[in-house]
Order: sequence, then structure tokens, then C-alpha cells
Amino acid sequence: MTEPIQNAAPTGALTDPIPSSPPRSQWHDVWDQFKHHKGAMLGGVIFLLIVLLVFVGPWFWPFDATHIDIRARNQGPTWAHPLGTDQLGRDTLARMMAGGQTSVSVGITAMLLALFLGSLIGVLAGFFRQLDGLLMRMTDLFLALPLLPLLLVMVLLFRDPLNAAFGPETGIFILIVCAIGVTSWMPTARIVRGDVLALKEREFVLAARSIGTTNARMITRHILPNVLSPIMVSATLGIANAIITESALSFLGLGFPPDFPTWGRLLFDATDYLQQYPERVFWPGLAISLTVLSVNYLGDGLRDALDPRIRGR
Amino acid sequence: MLTFTIRRLVLAVPTLLFISLVIFLLLELAPGDPMAQVPLTVPPEVKERMREALGLGEPVHVRFVKWLVQFFWIEPQVLFDNLFGTNLTEGQQRVLSWQTRSPVMDIVVQRLPQTLWVVGMSYVLGVLIALPIGIYSAYRQYSVFDQLGTFISMIGFSVPTFFTGVLLIVLFSVHLGWFPSIYDTTHKITDWDSFVFQLRQMAMPVFVLALYNAAQISRFMRASMLDNLNQDYVRTARAKGLGEKTVVLVHVLRNSMIPVVTVIALGVPQVFGGAIITEQVFKVNGLGHLLIGAIEANDLPMVQTLTFIFALLIVIFNLIADVLYGILDPRIRYD
Amino acid sequence: MKLKSLLLGAVAATGLAPAAFAERGADGHVNIIYWQAPSILNPYLSSGTKDLESASLVIEPLGRYDQTGALVPYLAEEIPTIENGGVAADLTSITWKLKSGLKWSDGSPVTSADVKFTADYCMHPEGGCAQLAKFQGVSSIDVVDDLTVKVTFAEPKPNPYGPFMGAQSPIIQKAQFENCTGAKAPECTSANFGPIGTGPFVVTEFKPNDVISMVANPNYRDPAKPAFATLTFKGGGDATAAGRAVLETGEFDYAWNLQLAPDVIANMLKGGKGETVAAFGSLVERIEMNMTDPSPSLPEGERSTAKHPHPALSDVRVRKALSMAIDRALLVEIGYGQAGRPTCNLVPAPALYASDNTDCMTQDIEGAKALLDEAGWKVGAGGIREKDGKKLSLLYQTSTNAVRQDFQALIKQWWSEIGVETELRNISGSVFFGGDPGSPDTFQKFYADVEMYANNFDGTDPESYLAQHTCEKAPKPESQWQGENINRFCDPAYDALVAELGRTGELSKRGEIAKKLNDMLTKDSYVVVPLVDRGRVSAHAKSLGGVVLNTWDSELWNAADWYRIK
Repeated sequence: MTEPIQNAAPTGALTDPIPSSPPRSQWHDVWDQFKHHKGAMLGGVIFLLIVLLVFVGPWFWPFDATHIDIRARNQGPTWAHPLGTDQLGRDTLARMMAGGQTSVSVGITAMLLALFLGSLIGVLAGFFRQLDGLLMRMTDLFLALPLLPLLLVMVLLFRDPLNAAFGPETGIFILIVCAIGVTSWMPTARIVRGDVLALKEREFVLAARSIGTTNARMITRHILPNVLSPIMVSATLGIANAIITESALSFLGLGFPPDFPTWGRLLFDATDYLQQYPERVFWPGLAISLTVLSVNYLGDGLRDALDPRIRGR
Repeated sequence: MLTFTIRRLVLAVPTLLFISLVIFLLLELAPGDPMAQVPLTVPPEVKERMREALGLGEPVHVRFVKWLVQFFWIEPQVLFDNLFGTNLTEGQQRVLSWQTRSPVMDIVVQRLPQTLWVVGMSYVLGVLIALPIGIYSAYRQYSVFDQLGTFISMIGFSVPTFFTGVLLIVLFSVHLGWFPSIYDTTHKITDWDSFVFQLRQMAMPVFVLALYNAAQISRFMRASMLDNLNQDYVRTARAKGLGEKTVVLVHVLRNSMIPVVTVIALGVPQVFGGAIITEQVFKVNGLGHLLIGAIEANDLPMVQTLTFIFALLIVIFNLIADVLYGILDPRIRYD
Repeated sequence: MKLKSLLLGAVAATGLAPAAFAERGADGHVNIIYWQAPSILNPYLSSGTKDLESASLVIEPLGRYDQTGALVPYLAEEIPTIENGGVAADLTSITWKLKSGLKWSDGSPVTSADVKFTADYCMHPEGGCAQLAKFQGVSSIDVVDDLTVKVTFAEPKPNPYGPFMGAQSPIIQKAQFENCTGAKAPECTSANFGPIGTGPFVVTEFKPNDVISMVANPNYRDPAKPAFATLTFKGGGDATAAGRAVLETGEFDYAWNLQLAPDVIANMLKGGKGETVAAFGSLVERIEMNMTDPSPSLPEGERSTAKHPHPALSDVRVRKALSMAIDRALLVEIGYGQAGRPTCNLVPAPALYASDNTDCMTQDIEGAKALLDEAGWKVGAGGIREKDGKKLSLLYQTSTNAVRQDFQALIKQWWSEIGVETELRNISGSVFFGGDPGSPDTFQKFYADVEMYANNFDGTDPESYLAQHTCEKAPKPESQWQGENINRFCDPAYDALVAELGRTGELSKRGEIAKKLNDMLTKDSYVVVPLVDRGRVSAHAKSLGGVVLNTWDSELWNAADWYRIK
């Protein structure tokens, strides 16, 4: 499906018939295009599989992620423990599933939060000149703040109130997602703003403005769809970043309790055992990479599907 | 554009002052104590005396003003002294680290070479690899090359450097013995052999970091190129009979550079910030190692100074990026 | 070659004939790696182990502790004792005599004025000296003659070996530091980074928090030593990398303190490039029980204070049950291997002070359950014990460290077997061990029910260590949460016994009292639950000879005797 698009591009518009019926719903078209994108469908299936495995899997698996069976420690793959056990005899498969729940949910939510903040600030700064200076100086400030002390302060100020309000687990989850989101939106904002600055001088924006399009409509209808590709790349980078940052947080004692596995943490802990038990590094590494890869293809497909120039051909 | 640059530079002064205040207050608020690494055998009274000797007994605003004076007034004079052999700063107090009790800037200057060699080199290398890969991947979207590039770059940034670094050490230092696992910061290049040694000890950290940087930048390059390849002006350029090379490498590339320039400009200050994990893994002991060590030891003057230098670079390079936007796309105006 | 002839020349100039079988600087270069990097070479301005031990290559005290904890003279002619008349019979003064003919590395003679200056430097009221505790109780230091110095204490001092003993209290040169006292101490960067000393090596370049380059001291008192002409002391990274560099790649000759899981070390040893050495000191990994209530429902300022006793842990039967549920031998096997052994004592060594208490050695889950039943904690819903509607649920905190997190997981499981629910928390070491009164996560504030860390004492005398558990030393809001009685244990009988220890001079009696104090904290009350007597494992290349691991003083205490095995 690659070549026809390339070749059809120059002549496509000339042969388009004049539309006679009102257009179908935009989202219907998007889905139509999306489901024909092989990479996106594959990415989607893999992503769904990962989500199913980590959230439904533990119900069917006899071992608990924190149960210690000290006699069975440091085992290689066996029928009882298909992925082996760790240095305390905890089942690696159970830990991978439990860790996946945390990593996937933290990764996705934190990434979405960072994307939302970054796109919002980027679009506002790029589109409204009077906001640009203030918002970009704020971005500079956030880029300059040292990450570790900032996280320490956030934990200090918000851990106990959040724990009291939402219970320990949800409290920590909110805290971690916010901490990662608030400290990683800046590159997205800078990139989106740069694109918006160029976009708003384009002819189609001028045309839209000349027919009296409001700012809100201009942003949602004309600006946002055109900055989608850098946002999608930020999304893929963001999810990997969030999963790794989460593990760094729990390593510093700012995140989940120490017996709470996450992929990043499993990978970190296993690095010391790289030579003796390479498989312990392999599984979490593979899981993170697969998640990132599938999100990347999903993003590719979504971007293509939302691009009206490609859609429908 | 010139007035814009000058206005932004003037505006940068209050911005930076504000940033330095926020950093100072943040560090003040953060839990931690410079005595954390003192053994537990040292009694609390002694620790209290040590804190006072560090100047911690003084109120926050006094310490902030002191730091401002030391950093903005005395340190530039020290630089002047060093350059021209004058003696302006005799007996004046400079920004002193709490860990080493020595001037922070001296240590920063000491650390710069290895950071620039390793982190800077890997950044340049990363950009040089990323741009062609990004361009070609976009031009031949969904080709084998593109798929392979996507796959490698996904692994490049989803597998953290603390793992890739150790993996390389185990492979190339332990099993093959090709490269040293510990970076020698005292090494001086005097002849060909020592130059080769320098290349060998740089090989692994540079590779790890370059892979990571290239992975990120190439994704942005590819996405941006893809956006532009379908634009009307490309069709026009082709219709005009321009060569494919000109169309892609001049017209499309120039218009696709804006997000890439942003990303690269965001990355340059981080070169000076050092690569914390990679420096740790290979014992490069550059600025990243210095910063993380200072944070762990709650060496506030050191953290404050390093972060501020970092902030300075961020403001400058973001300004450079803004100026470059105007050059890349003359329609962008700021006034 | 040039350097060697230079050194030989210097040796010849001192008029001492080099020994026939050994030659200074004959063995070339030695590489040492510490995974913590030294920041400064002045132990009076920093007490970090990395700083003390790197400085111990350059500056030396009058006497050191050897690998058995015995005192050996270094710059002193002999160790002063009551028997040889060096220590006054009433324990109020100690007189040190320097070896004659000692020279600083710059060639000038070492005199008693330098010794006195060292004390003045540290005791300066504005200096913020990190080793001030060593000079506690000193009323005056007098120069008797060029080689003799007398330290007088304000009151009888049963252990007079505080000043000038061990890596914490080396002699610095008066000429070099004369203008660096008090508030001016940090301004003397070149002196702090390159002290002139009497040790086997001299600093040529110091890169703070990174690397130190040294050469052999041309004026070292033994003309045949050190065997190495140059030395590199690299810092930074992590224990794994340090171990790998010595044991697997052979890039370095000596690696300090490999805090690694036993099977990781075992695998590294397969590299065949080096071997490990282990030794034990007084470092004990323990669980501290909070005797006060840390509940967040209490108003700030009353949490973890003596106002509210702990609802469960103030009952000795609960504390004992928690201790009984732990299998210490397994903890050692998982976490420390050859670098640990199970212990029930707070003071595990030296033999004179170590109690014979071993009643915690065997795990007894059933006994623990019975004890909890007896204490009125009955098994309730979900297998968790309850009493008066309150669940037996504990918050268990410690610093971030792979071994500690494994211990937490194991102990949580054992405690769940006896019906105790445990919530785990780990805190970054720089916050946990920092005394910031603004942070809720410091070990002094103890906003948790139990916490785990390791502690030891300086030198071989546990008096001040045991005195940490007296009532008035409990951290509280009024004292900015400073204080060493972490578990807020308070027993007048204990305080009285500590006071008695302070008055007793006779060694065997001191030992008896110390053992009694140790037992009061451990097997009688279980407020401190010792887990592992933590030794130290370091590694050296197979070609490096003369290494004697010492946990009582600097690990590099005998670097002058190191040589290359050919």
C-alpha cells in the first residue's frame, strides 16, 4: 500500500469527483483508513494482547507476585515457573504480569497527561502571540528545574494528603503519574509551538480566517490535525520515558512500595545478574520494547488515518 | 529579527534571576541534609557545628543574596583574573562546594573536557546518524529500511542506558577485552597511541549515547518529513521539473527542520548537563556525575550552580532555536 | 625511570641505605577503585569513609588499630598505657612520644608542635570539625618537648585513645595549615586537596569526586617502602562495576567494600583475575522497634514522641515474637554470604565486649504465634491478628539498597505467617540518613513502626555507642528531631548502668557492664533486633600482595606494605 499513495498523490485531486452527497462522519472515515493500516492493526493487536495478559492473566495464574518460595530461588524456566524465579524464589511470570499492570497504566496515563499539557501549552503559545513569551519562559523554567529535588518536594508535599484522600495505592498512583506528567511535557510543548508558529502563517489558515473561523475552531479543526505527527512521536517516546522514570522513582523510594514489581524495576534489579541469568533481563526488556513498538505503530496508523490527504485513497 | 533577539536577550536577565530564585527555593524545600553521608557514629552536636560551618545557620534570603553576589560578581572576576593574570578577587569568597570545600567553578572546569568529549561527541554523532536515517525512512515510508530503522530506534530508546551500558561492558570488556570498562579521566593525548587509547575508552559510552540520541531525533525527522512530502508545494516543485534530490533535500528538508531544530536545541544543554546514567556506568565522571553526586550529598551550592548554568544554556539554546525558525521559514515573525 | 632515580636520590640524601631485598618504587603502579569518590583529603572537614581512607595513604595518626582491633604505634614510639606510664593512673591524661627522625614528605621534621596544632585545628570553635567527637573532654594539649605531647582531659577518661588514634584523627602539618584555622578552613583548597603527610604516598593531582594520582613519599620512614612508585585512586560508579574491574577485567588492583549479592561475587570470581578478602567489625544490620506511636492520626509534633506509647510494640511479647519469626541464617545466605553472620547482639565485637547471647538464632514461628496469642492478639479476618478492634499492621521502612529490599520482602513474608500485616517503604539514603527536620522520612523522625539500618562504633570501645540509648537522647520536636536513641527506649536502670560504665576504668569490668547493656537492649527487651553482623568484602588482584583487610581502621592502613607478586 506504499507505492500507490506516492504515485497517486500528484494527480489525485484532479480526478476527484465533485461530492454530491453530504460527507459521512469524519470518525467513520478515520476508522476506515485506520483498519487498513497493517502496522497499526498489528500494533493494536499486540498492545491489546499485552493489556489482556497483564490484567487478566493473574486471575488464571496460581502464583502471587510477592509470594516467596525460598527453596525455589534462582531457577531457570521450568513447567511450574515458565519464566523461572528470582533471587528470592518469586515467580517471574507472575511478577511480569503484576509489573505490567503498573508499568502499562502508569506509562499510558503519564504519557497522556504529558501530551495533553505539552500540546495545550504549545498550541496556546504558538497561536496567541501575547501568551507566547510567558508560556515559553515557564517552559524554560520547568526545563531548568532539577528533576530529583523537584520529585522529592512533590512527594514531601503531596504523598500524605493523597494517601489520606484516595488510599495508599491510588494515592501513590496519582502522585507518580502527576510527577512524571508534570516533569516531561516541556519538549512536546516546544515542538508543538514551533510547528504552530509556522502553520499559522500558511495560506489555509489565512483562508479559514477570512471566512470568519473562530480561534477555538481554528485550533481544533486546522492547527491540531497538522501538528499530530510530532505529537505522536512524542507519545511513543513519552511512554518509554514514563516506564523508565517510574522505575527510577521507586528506586529512589518515591514510588510504589519496594515489593511492588514494575517492568523498569525488574529490569534494573536484573542488570546485576546479567551474566548468570540473562533471561531475567530479557523479559522486562522485551515487554517494554514491545509496548513502545506497538504504541508507535498505533500512532503511525492514527496519524495516517487522521491525515485527510491520505485518507480515502 | 535582530531587534527580536536583542529584546529576548534583555528579557532573559529577569527570567534567569527568577529561575535561580525558584531553583534555590526548591532546593531549600527539598528534604535532605548535607550531613546525610556523615557516618552515624558522629554525634548530633558535632553535626550541628558542621552545619553552622557550612553557613546553614543563616536565613534563606541572606544565603540566596550571597550566592547571587558570588556567582554573578565574584566568579566573572575570577575568570577575568585567570585570563589576564590580574588580582581582583584576592581574598573574596567564591561559590564553595559543601562536599569538597573548594570553588565549584574549578571543579566544573575540570569536568568539562570529559563531558564534552564523550557526551558532546555522542550527540554530534547521534544527530549525524539520525538526520539521514530520518530523511530516507520518510522518503521510502514502510520500506524494509524504514521498518528496520523503526525497530532499532524503538529498542534504542525503550531499553534504558543503564542496561545497554552494562551489556556492552560484559561483551566488550569482560569477554572480548577490547575496551576498558573504566574511563581514565587523567589520560592525556600526547601521541598516536594515546589518541587510539582515548578512542578506545570513548567507544562504548559514545555508542550507547549516540544510539539513544539518534533514535529520538530520527523519529522526529521522519515524522516531519512525512508531513511535508505530501504538501502541495512538493507537487509544484516536481511539476516544475526540479530534480528529486533538490525537491527532497532542499525544499522538503528545509520545511521539515522546525521540529527537528527544536529537538536538537533542547538536547544541547543536556550535553553540558552530562549523561547521568551513562557517566555512572562507564565512570566517565563528567558533569552529570558531578550533579547527581551533589544531589545525593545535598551539596546545595554545587547543585544550585550547576542547575543554573544548565538553565542559562536552556534559555540561550531555545532562543537560538527561535531565531532559526525565522531563518528556516521567513513567514514566522515575532513582532 | 626518571622518577625512580629521583626517588633513589632522595633516599640516598636522607643517609639511609636502601635495604638489599626491597626497593622503594620497584613495583611500578597500583590502581585502587572505590565506588564512592573522595571529595577532600582533609578528614577534619569531612568524615565520609571514602575521604578518610583515601587520606590515610597520605597522612597518618600516632597510632592505628590493626586487623584484630589491637592498638599499634604509627608515628608514636609506642602506645601509651597505664603500665608503661603513658596514661596517668587517674585516667586524666595521656602522654604521646613521637618516633625520632620522622620527616614530612617535604623534608621538614615532624614535631610535637604539629600534633598540638592538629588538636587546635579541630577544636577551633568556628571550624566545624567533623572529628570533634574524638577530642571530646580534652581540656588542654601541652608540648612537653620536641617529641612529646601531653593530652589532659577535664575528667577521668576510661578510653583516652580518642585524639590522634585511627584514620579519623591523623596529624596534619602545622606549617601547611597554620593559616587555615576556623572559618578560613575551606579557603585552603590546595592544602585540603593535597595535605603534606608522613604516609607512604604523596598527592600529585587531586580531582575532587573523581580521581587522585599519587607517587611514593621520598621521605617515608621505611626506606624500602612503599613498593609502588605511583598510585591511582579512582572513585565513582557502583559496587558491581568496581568488582568487575578487579575480578573480571583486571583493570584495577584493589576494590573496596563490594556490597553485592553472594552469587554475583561468586560469578565474578570465575573471571580468575582476583580474589576477595573478608573481615568483621562492629557493623550490625538491625531492626529498630518504635516504642512510640507513629500514627498519622496524631497531631504533628506528637507523632513518634514519648507522649503516646506504641499500641502494639510497647508490649515486649510482640517485639519478641517479631524477632522469633526471623530466620537470620537465611538472611545472611541471601544477602551477604561470606560477608555476614547471624547475630543477636548489638555489640558483636571485640570479644571483650561481645555478649554470648544467641537465643535468637533459631527461627520459631510456632513459638512466636503462641506469644502473640498470649499477648492478646487473636487471629482475625484475612489471617491478620487483632486486639480491641485494632489490626496488627506495621509500616516497615529502610533505605534504598537491593539487599535491604530483599530482607524486607523476606521478613514481610515471615511476619505474615504469624499474622502480622506489613507495609513496606524504602527511602533514598540521602533523605533517610539526613537529619532534615522538615522531612517525614528521616530515620530519626521514625514515622514508621519498625525500621532497618546498620550502625557501628568508632574504634574498639562501645561506650558512646551504648550510651546512645539513654532516655534524654530520644529525638523529639524540641530538639529538632536530633538524637541517637532512635527507638525512644527509656529505662532508668539502663541510664544508671551507662553512667557506671563512664566511671569504670578496669577493662574486664567495662566488658561486663557493656555486655549487660547489650543484653538489656536485645534479649531482655527486644527494642533492638539485631539481624546480621556485617563484615566487609573487598577484592584485590591476584598479583597484589600484602593486603590485610582491617575493619577497625582505614582499609588502606598498610598500603606501605603492599607489593606486586611476580
